[in-house]
Amino acid sequence: MDQEQNTAPTRRTLGGWLLIAVPYLWLLILFLAPFLIVLKISLSEVAVAIPPYLPTFDLAEGWAGFTESLSQLSFENYIWLTEDDLYWKSYLSSVVIAGISTILTLLLGYPIAYGMARSPQAWRPTLLMLVILPFWTSFLIRVYAWIGILKNEGLLNQLLLFLGVIDEPLVILNTNIAVYIGIVYSYLPFLVLPLYASLERLDGSLLEAAEDLGCPPWKAFWNVTLPLSLPGVIAGCFLVFIPAVGEFVIPDLLGGSNTLMIGKTLWVEFFNNRDWPVSSAVAVILLLILVIPIVLFQNQQQKMSEKNG
Amino acid sequence: MFLNIFIGLGSILAKKSVGPVRREFTPWEDPDHPPFIEFRNVTKKFGDFTAVNNLSLKIYEKEFFALLGGSGCGKTTLMRMLAGFETPTSGQIFLDGQDLAGIPPYRRPSNMMFQSYALFPHMSVEKNIAFGLKQDKMPASEINARVAEMLQLTKLEQFAKRKPHQLSGGQRQRVALARSLAKRPKVLLLDEPLGALDRKLREETQFELMNLQEELEMTFLIVTHDQEEAMTVADRIAVMDKGQLVQVATPAEIYEEPNSTFVADFIGDVNLIEATVSDKSDAGTKLTSVEDGFAIDSDQVTTANVGDKVWYAIRPEKVRIAHGRAESGQPNQINGLVWDIAYLGDVSIIHAKVGADNEDILRATIANVSRIVDNPITWDEDVVLSFDRDAGVILTS
Repeated sequence: MDQEQNTAPTRRTLGGWLLIAVPYLWLLILFLAPFLIVLKISLSEVAVAIPPYLPTFDLAEGWAGFTESLSQLSFENYIWLTEDDLYWKSYLSSVVIAGISTILTLLLGYPIAYGMARSPQAWRPTLLMLVILPFWTSFLIRVYAWIGILKNEGLLNQLLLFLGVIDEPLVILNTNIAVYIGIVYSYLPFLVLPLYASLERLDGSLLEAAEDLGCPPWKAFWNVTLPLSLPGVIAGCFLVFIPAVGEFVIPDLLGGSNTLMIGKTLWVEFFNNRDWPVSSAVAVILLLILVIPIVLFQNQQQKMSEKNG
Repeated sequence: MFLNIFIGLGSILAKKSVGPVRREFTPWEDPDHPPFIEFRNVTKKFGDFTAVNNLSLKIYEKEFFALLGGSGCGKTTLMRMLAGFETPTSGQIFLDGQDLAGIPPYRRPSNMMFQSYALFPHMSVEKNIAFGLKQDKMPASEINARVAEMLQLTKLEQFAKRKPHQLSGGQRQRVALARSLAKRPKVLLLDEPLGALDRKLREETQFELMNLQEELEMTFLIVTHDQEEAMTVADRIAVMDKGQLVQVATPAEIYEEPNSTFVADFIGDVNLIEATVSDKSDAGTKLTSVEDGFAIDSDQVTTANVGDKVWYAIRPEKVRIAHGRAESGQPNQINGLVWDIAYLGDVSIIHAKVGADNEDILRATIANVSRIVDNPITWDEDVVLSFDRDAGVILTS
């Protein structure tokens, strides 16, 4: 049956082509086109104008005008990014903060996903619902709520003072610790869900087999569960790390003035300095920083599966 | 062919036996022989459901023992209790003299071959086989030697480096077998080991399992719902129903001398005739069928009293079928009308309507010993069905 389908000549109808065209059109209009615009702006020059950069394309000037405009583009903004150490420090700091947050999220999220996957079948939909529940409240409101919890006279400090654990309030808000807490809290579901999916698929008889062959349960976790959940771990970590690198709201609201993250730098360039070309260049570089490791990783994965298959 | 040789041997030695004798291995007949595995009054409850009900069973060293029953009869639970995955609600389990209570699965000297094979998908064939040995902290050189030996034993040498998903079903089954044998367990537990294989491969593997068991001199315990599989491989079979043992005996005894209508019906094909005891003596028992009133003369001495309702169980292959009519007044002869004929190649199954109203079906099989049949039995033909005094069994339950 399968073979028949495989050997049958592929003849697509008009409807078939349209169906395939939809996702490509979507990517073209909503990803590639905006990216090209940002790329073009990043190669432009800042100007006191509307929009605040030069050159701008004018259809009225025709083809000659278009090539004329192209010749005015330059890599000046990218060179500028290398000259001021603010930018590379922001990139580095973002990657470090996102990396640490991802590890913390994994340490917290793995036991949650594991517990969910091993809970009685009847509980699982409820637990899954609870993980998704925070999404029902606006992200911004939830981050603001953390200010109320973490500030010097906030709920956490009041509780700790009441319990006598500390004598004077801990300064958490406006530090990197608050940023870690914010990121871990906000992105936890993105890690838990793919991890849960891969742990739930795990065949329980594999663990029984490991035990039967003389492997105590904790070692069976290390030898069987962990390696088999690795795809889920990697997917979840990417889903946390990538948005965390470009995160703006959390460091802005919870972080201090010395919390350096590229999202914040970009915001300042764009809104405070009104320097669209430099902020576009910052965004393009950020994209490259994130895309290159993903592409490399996917290549690796492909090679692995080809080797195995 | 083999059966004929055995029958021939039997007549030379003038020794009667129930079915063919497989091997001279009958420790269960000696009451003083110590059991290797013993279940003592074991009960297992899951909530309100009693999976295993006050069951006692002895299995002997180097025995190939089969637990046979339908789904939900408790056979798998019984095996899982031996492996340590379930804890008995009450009762004790002994293995080689040791009470297994409180011993976790990873310290028990048994290994299990899982129904799903449960091969580790992220490990190659050799890593899978070496897994149990590594847990025992065996030196690497010994592990390699043992893995090589297992690969050879299961003819998997050229697949050592492959991952399970690159193997066929039959090859996976062999990896699972190799992995569970690698540690040389005191007992090998086989949970429906051949269920996923196609019929040809299954039959081959059954004989390989038997040879392997004899070669390694290990105790094998197999759980299966397939009666043919159990009868092929096992020295003894325990037929289970509703968490209890119905009969524990050799395959031939189970088939030829079932102790109840449940076993007779569960194993193979059988005609169950309801009858009353009309006369009994030390030489045998005379029965009258309830529905049709025909006389049955059996050489079996029954515990039932005259007038009691019993069942007369007779296998279709022990019923002869011929053209013509029964001689009046003769026992073990019934008039019938051919209703259905199923031709299976090796045998034909004939359904004949019997009795006053032609309402009951009696099944007979004829071996198709020659390719050309001179005067074949056909549909809607009057026939006579007959059987010998020792062909059937009288069952009281």
